[in-house]
Amino acid sequence: MTIQTIQEEIVDEFSMFEDWMQRYEYMIELGKSLPIIADQYKTDDNIIKGCQSKVWVHAELDHDKLVFTADSDAIITKGIIAILIRAFSNQKPQDIIDADTNFIDEIGLKEHLSPTRANGLVSMIKQLKLYAVAYQTQLN
Amino acid sequence: MLNIEKIRKDFPILHREVNGRPLVYLDNAATSQTPQQVIDVIVDYYQRYNANIHRGVHTLSQEATDAYEAARIKIQKHFNAQKAYEIIFTSGTTHSINLVANGFSSLLRKGDEILVSAMEHHSNIVPWQMLCERTGAVLRVIPMSDEGELVIDEYHKLLGPKTKLVFVNHVSNALGTINPIKALINAAHKIGAAVLIDGAQAAPHVKADMQALDVDFYTVSAHKICGPTGVGVLYGKEEWLKKLPPYQGGGEMIAEVTFEKTTYAELPHKFEAGTPNICGGIAFGAAIDYMNAIGFDAIETYEKELLAYATEKLGQIEGLKIYGPKRNKASVISFNIEGIHPYDIGTILDKLGIAVRTGHHCAQPIMDFYKIPGTVRASFSFYNTKEEVDTLVEGVKKAKNMLV
Ligand SMILES: Cc1ncc(COP(=O)(O)O)c(C=O)c1O
Repeated sequence: MTIQTIQEEIVDEFSMFEDWMQRYEYMIELGKSLPIIADQYKTDDNIIKGCQSKVWVHAELDHDKLVFTADSDAIITKGIIAILIRAFSNQKPQDIIDADTNFIDEIGLKEHLSPTRANGLVSMIKQLKLYAVAYQTQLN
Repeated sequence: MLNIEKIRKDFPILHREVNGRPLVYLDNAATSQTPQQVIDVIVDYYQRYNANIHRGVHTLSQEATDAYEAARIKIQKHFNAQKAYEIIFTSGTTHSINLVANGFSSLLRKGDEILVSAMEHHSNIVPWQMLCERTGAVLRVIPMSDEGELVIDEYHKLLGPKTKLVFVNHVSNALGTINPIKALINAAHKIGAAVLIDGAQAAPHVKADMQALDVDFYTVSAHKICGPTGVGVLYGKEEWLKKLPPYQGGGEMIAEVTFEKTTYAELPHKFEAGTPNICGGIAFGAAIDYMNAIGFDAIETYEKELLAYATEKLGQIEGLKIYGPKRNKASVISFNIEGIHPYDIGTILDKLGIAVRTGHHCAQPIMDFYKIPGTVRASFSFYNTKEEVDTLVEGVKKAKNMLV
């Protein structure tokens, strides 16, 4: 599936909910299915800066696709990163670089998109894209 | 007895909604809200007499100067400083501390010691670290107990002939601990050390008396006591302020300037370079008037009641742990729920219209001490109600249900 299709799927799922509580509960559920980063990569180097909670992300190339694993000590943050990773993992680096992230707004998590918000969603997106750029260079 | 309903009418912001719910503002330790009486003073300044001070011959400048200096006197009286010129206007506590730290650069020698408490706002530790780097002085830390109180025996052991300066907050922002500053000051003075007390968190709750405390320096930020942001004061004893060199160079702080030599202005202007936050200073004075009209005794009594109520109610939630002392505490509750990250609780509370602070509260050493990433901090002001405490408690329960 393309990033675009996955994002539409996520937007679809979230559109079933009537209020923020259901959305957050679902997000927390998604957090539990996050592909967890291996302990050896859970290092300070892999912590994303700008988050109040700790977020670790690791990226690995599987043939021509990039696979992300991650973790966080806060459960809502874990849900957010799970949503991002679901959209971006198992995709070609160039597609990740080109992808937009408007779907975050559409699923009612807009408040997390402000660059000044201490949860670091913006930093997470940036970090995922930076990994993609690094691996794209490697593929070239 | 405070008429809370009437008081709340003074604060327009308390009547807004957040995420579709009535705002419950419990982040007063970060910044307090501003009553209409103070907002009116700000508007009046810009509508009627905005002008630069201390230099104009015209009416507006004179009116602005008079209002600004009247505010200084209000603040002097409030803190019972002996002289108005011992009150230096600054941009707030951070600026006040840096002013003192910078001044001590020329008074310290290699090997001299500065004592700071283990429960300081960490941004306030940095000026002392910088001072130590410049002078070769050594920073030593007064330890804290598990209950979040300073270990006074250790303090006495640390005090010695090399101690030149002691820096402690009056009230801890992360835990609410009220430190026994009078005893700390007396002990430091016995060995000839100066004491700077960070009063940022104390000022909204207690009226500190500079002469009775015999403190050398004391800092306050207006935005924590119903005043505007970006303005505050440094109180300094005259003898100390005379000893310290000026901090910044510029207009206002000079008497005579030639290219060969500049002579500095008298206190307080020696430390007030450039055009200050004139409106802010005047509004700070108005905030002091507002608080005094309500009365600090009544405020203290009421806040204690709120604190006791909130402590009891929150304490009933299973797995909830409150950090900090049980007695001698300002109306601040710093807590965690077992197995839940404070950030998650803060996020859910915000969705419910409840404003709390989460994180390390700029007191990373305290968080390291307890080995936690941070806490949720609810801080109460005299305009908060028991109903709001109930809303908080319900919110925390809801968050807990969602998050475990
Ligand atoms: C104990 C303490 N000291 C200093 C400060 C810093 O005050 P300001 O940011 O107004 O300079 C704060 C504010 O958070 C504080 O709580």
